[in-house]
Amino acid sequence: MSRPDLIGIDGLTKAYPGVVANDGVSFSVGRGEVHALLGENGAGKSTLVKMIYGLVKPDAGQMTFAGTPYAPGSPNEARATGVAMVFQHFSLFEALDVAENVALGMENPPPMRALASQIRDVSETYGLPLDPTRLVGDLSAGERQRVEIVRCLLQDPKLLIMDEPTSVLTPQEVEILFETLRKLQSEGTSILYISHKLEEIRALCDGATILRLGKVVATCDPRERSARELAEMMVGAELRTPTARSHAMGDVALSIKGLNLRSASPFGTSLKDISIEVREGEVLGIGGVAGNGQDELLGALSGELRAPRDAILLGGAPVGHLGPNARRKLGLLAAPEERLGHAAAPNMSLTENAALTAHTRKGLVRNGFLDWQGARAYAEEVIRDFDVRTPGPGNAAGALSGGNLQKFVIGREILQKPKVLVVNQPTWGVDASAAAAIRQALLDLAAEGAAVIVISQDLDEIMEISDRFAALNEGRLSAPVDARGLTLEQIGLMLGGAHGMEVAHVGEETAI
Amino acid sequence: MIRLEKRAAPSRTWSYLTPLVAVIATMIAGGLMFAALGKDPVEAIRTIFWDPLFGEFAFYYRGQLLVKAGPLILIAIGLALGFRAGIWNIGAEGQYIMGAICGAAVGLAFYPMEARWLIFPLMILGGAVGGFLWAMIPGILKTRFNTNEILVSLLLVYVAEQILASMSLGLLRNPEGAGFPGSRNLRQYESAANNELIAGTGMHWGVVAALIAVIFAYILLSRHIMGFNIRLTGESPRAARFAGVNPNRLILFCLGLSGALAGLAGLFEVAGPAGQISIDFNVGYGFTAIIVAFLGRLHPIGILLAGLLMALTYIGGEAAQSSLGLPSAAIQAFQGMLLFFLLAFDVLTHFRVKFGREAAA
Repeated sequence: MSRPDLIGIDGLTKAYPGVVANDGVSFSVGRGEVHALLGENGAGKSTLVKMIYGLVKPDAGQMTFAGTPYAPGSPNEARATGVAMVFQHFSLFEALDVAENVALGMENPPPMRALASQIRDVSETYGLPLDPTRLVGDLSAGERQRVEIVRCLLQDPKLLIMDEPTSVLTPQEVEILFETLRKLQSEGTSILYISHKLEEIRALCDGATILRLGKVVATCDPRERSARELAEMMVGAELRTPTARSHAMGDVALSIKGLNLRSASPFGTSLKDISIEVREGEVLGIGGVAGNGQDELLGALSGELRAPRDAILLGGAPVGHLGPNARRKLGLLAAPEERLGHAAAPNMSLTENAALTAHTRKGLVRNGFLDWQGARAYAEEVIRDFDVRTPGPGNAAGALSGGNLQKFVIGREILQKPKVLVVNQPTWGVDASAAAAIRQALLDLAAEGAAVIVISQDLDEIMEISDRFAALNEGRLSAPVDARGLTLEQIGLMLGGAHGMEVAHVGEETAI
Repeated sequence: MIRLEKRAAPSRTWSYLTPLVAVIATMIAGGLMFAALGKDPVEAIRTIFWDPLFGEFAFYYRGQLLVKAGPLILIAIGLALGFRAGIWNIGAEGQYIMGAICGAAVGLAFYPMEARWLIFPLMILGGAVGGFLWAMIPGILKTRFNTNEILVSLLLVYVAEQILASMSLGLLRNPEGAGFPGSRNLRQYESAANNELIAGTGMHWGVVAALIAVIFAYILLSRHIMGFNIRLTGESPRAARFAGVNPNRLILFCLGLSGALAGLAGLFEVAGPAGQISIDFNVGYGFTAIIVAFLGRLHPIGILLAGLLMALTYIGGEAAQSSLGLPSAAIQAFQGMLLFFLLAFDVLTHFRVKFGREAAA
């Protein structure tokens, strides 16, 4: 399948102080091609697309766009040339409506009424129904992404860059997105698709460029490779998959009964009548699309949010009214999703961050005074046992890469020998080998008799490690089901379907 | 074109260097201002920074140095603990006044009984309690009704000033003062006086308290769980909550402690250098201490040094007013410049300056 090249990249190099983010990267994307950019965190994918989008200027190398030299000085220039980008993190204002948000991204927005009808047209053509008058704060994550996509499509781009677009979508929503992308492709739009979800790439993309440590290590057709082969090219080593263990369930370790909790923020999700039990030795997976109450559920279990006394029972004893440290003392530990600023303080050292949650269970406070030597020793223990790559415990948490900090955060809780551990998104944005290590550690913890609750949006992860599965949808938790033998479709339906989206009717409408 | 590039981690070197650079920049800009006022800039700067320490009348000024630095350091230490946690007590001036009033009132209530072992400690307690209670007003309003502690504490300064005026004209007025406003002079009341401990040094109990506060704060911040919680809350409030810090308790602790220390400073001042409650008793220590706290990088040792430096500009400024005829507003502007430059150069701690063009984001 050789198509004329739309964008050619030749020897792009960008160095930051202390690290070469991109080193002589060359590849090309054909017209109407869906090209995947694969790589672990820190492989240089973001820097590369930022250079294509004009956010970062390369130190060396050239680009061509439709045969002419292309060196965007700013995203405006890139957009004028025909390059559009959907970012992983949305830049939308929750208090404004859809049309207003779209208008904010335009240089010369048309009158609101005209814009609203344009939005309707584009969204219908591509099977992305969107009401321009709705407040963004009321939209689901999938719908917010549609706003971003429609915003790009209004510019009629020739190249659409998508950064990890499916991380916030249900399987059904992913299917709809893929239909939309295929329709765009059939109209001749090229797509540069960044992801580390290999099955998706194999289903969608015609070509793939694999980056490792800033260099291109392979270019291939992902449909001809297995997911495992792709993963090993990404990591550059053979991949260890977590090993399942024998099942030995004990007594009920944690039970939640009829937990209702109002969210503190107006755009948060309140928890509604949540009831579930977890047994010793069990891994309970809780799936759900972002923003369906995951943060609130973790907060209610960690003790950051107070619940009614009897709504949460730890080993039969009521703990709902207790704060985080009282719960830690009893053996209920948690690791939140956001590593920087929630699980860890970025500007504080690893020693201080070790003391942050471990001081109660590790006896690091005597008469109110902190035992810094003990904290340092504990930080060193976590670093050693969980293979955290860092010069030492005196290093600031914010200086660690995402995967390393996540290993530290999870390790910090596991080494405190919890009775119940609750983790939210334990491997989000973590490279494949670190993710495997973290999952294995969670399984080992359960094998030692602890109850583990894994809240995650990564369904593959949940399927891989959980014994039972429950879905969190708009603050309600479904009844748990046995995780073995569950198909993605069943899970998708449990997650609340596709929020009323419809698949693009390719070919039914005339192109815009 | 000059650009700022964010540093990966804050520069340690610059965080120590910025106060020095700020002092030098203040000297240059201040010198230009003095020159614009028609004074010899070199002589003005020398009068402010050099003469009080090494000039002809240094024997007098050196004592004054500790007298001025004592309350500044004492107040700034308390403020810095709150600032570290992101709790902005701007009303130390009011807490200082209320501490002075309460402490002096305790002393005056015993007049003319002579029992220093009882009266002076009670006055110290009174001073601390007065400042503490005054700071509890913004504290409780913030924790109960989520009001802004910056506004409430600041506005309470003006309330305290009115109470001060009322006290010196009414309740606490010296009955033997021939109707003049102002209380009895506590320095002439043996049991209540906070006199120099070593003649000629300026060392009084307030200075001792300031030094103790420096050591106390240093240990609190570096070793104690409370200090850890304060730093953690300032760094990352969400992580602090996750670590089990109760934000309301922390707010009350920080406001209460800074209020108590400001109140102590007020008491030592009214019983010592000032001598009496009068309408113009307060001279802005509570506000200047905010500058001192930041100039000292919110670090106890830094505050000790910054307090001495700021006291020097006070004393030197007064000397420059009398000997060179500089207006007092010019001296205040000069002190303000110090904070301005400090905050401006602070950018260098988090950013590095680059020259030349690059694609803007």
